[in-house]
Amino acid sequence: MHELEQLDVDTLIADIAARLKKRIAEQNLSNPALVGIRTGGVWLAQRLQKKLKLAGPIGELNIAFYRDDFSRIGMHPTVEPSALPFDVNDRHLLLVDDILYTGRTIRAAMNEIFDYGRPRSISLVVLIDRGGRELPIDASVYGARVTLAPGQHVKLLGPDPLRLEIGATKS
Amino acid sequence: MAQDSIQLDSQGRLKHFLTTEHLPRSLLTAILDNAERFTVVGDRAVKKVPLLRGKTVVNLFFEPSTRTRTTFELAAKRLSADVMNLNIEASAAKKGESLADTLRTLEAMQTDMFVVRHHESGAPEFIARQVGPEVSVINAGDGRHAHPTQAMLDMFTIRRYKRDFTQLKVAIVGDVAHSRVARSEIHALKTLGVPEIRVVGPKTLLPRGIEALGVDVHHSLETGLAGVDVVMMLRLQQERMQSALLPSGHEYFHTFGLTPARLKRAKPDAIVMHPGPINRGVEIDSAVADGKQSVILQQVTHGIAVRMAVMSMAMGTAAQAS
Repeated sequence: MHELEQLDVDTLIADIAARLKKRIAEQNLSNPALVGIRTGGVWLAQRLQKKLKLAGPIGELNIAFYRDDFSRIGMHPTVEPSALPFDVNDRHLLLVDDILYTGRTIRAAMNEIFDYGRPRSISLVVLIDRGGRELPIDASVYGARVTLAPGQHVKLLGPDPLRLEIGATKS
Repeated sequence: MAQDSIQLDSQGRLKHFLTTEHLPRSLLTAILDNAERFTVVGDRAVKKVPLLRGKTVVNLFFEPSTRTRTTFELAAKRLSADVMNLNIEASAAKKGESLADTLRTLEAMQTDMFVVRHHESGAPEFIARQVGPEVSVINAGDGRHAHPTQAMLDMFTIRRYKRDFTQLKVAIVGDVAHSRVARSEIHALKTLGVPEIRVVGPKTLLPRGIEALGVDVHHSLETGLAGVDVVMMLRLQQERMQSALLPSGHEYFHTFGLTPARLKRAKPDAIVMHPGPINRGVEIDSAVADGKQSVILQQVTHGIAVRMAVMSMAMGTAAQAS
């Protein structure tokens, strides 16, 4: 467990890159492709792409059409659409997000990926695992695990520089 | 008309889509932006998103239509909704009472959305005023009044090719008087900031007093098309020629048919649009309809994404009212 205030995003990304490199080698994930969840996950995927010197474009997912709260809150405000500019069939995917919390976003992202095709495998890479899971989903690689006080939230701001914002949840 | 109040919920979100009139620019832009996101879905292996899973859409068509009904059906299916198509005979003019009865029956089947085409202006609004708070109504064309999703797919097509509405000259050509498409297009173009809108056609096919909508009137294609960025053709309905309004299709083509020579009046990169189905050799020459500047088939593709956007926005709003 880390103290949230002490976390430095660049250090975390370097740690993640090292662990991810190890995982790619150990699990023999040949020709893996990064897929970021908009928007924070895309920023992270771009950083990891450089650090790991991976070839090819990264994928970007906007999971608004796959959320499970449509009936409660309607359409989400517009962000850029999804773009997976490569064939996902039989690829090893590295799915990247900034904060892992309930797991619902990851559930939605995986559902969307499977509408593009059948990947060989999906590894989940997150900057912060803040606990609080409501679904059986876990990160393959994470930067830090933190515990937040009730009512506290953490958010990745960016894209340049990337930094973590810690604050009280808006009610 | 108080349609602006019935179209939006208390927070200004789209609840019913009955007309492009009286809606703010921000909302029309949101429809276009959402449609942009949905176009990607059509390029994937699985051309479906689970957004409206478990919702029921009824296509309620009191007037025949192939293209509009099928694109609405496809849009609903790509959103994972269940769709029923009801083609109701447009025999006699339906009275309010019978329409209300039809509606009550369909509502009892727990319908979440009605997509309505009707030969009488105002029928979709009438339905929107009858249904419960959790039900949305989309106008798929009513009388001479409005065809808002057609107008929005036209706006989407214009934005894809021309980007900035505030720099454009647009000509709407043909039977404006009987066209619900033209009316919805004019309102949308105005709201989105198009500075110059022209209507072009013979006197008998342009409604009197149309200048009041802020459009310039032209009675010849030569002046009407000069320097325009967008040519929006309208379909000439055959029944107009049987009445006294027009001599014949051949004669109409002679003066108002869009030929390659006449299109040269417009800017070299002008696009040509048509809501379909086209009458070749009546309002448009095949060489233009199938030519480089024609975006008529792209309009059809865009129609699916635009209808997905409108349906999901309206149903998202309605779902919270329940």
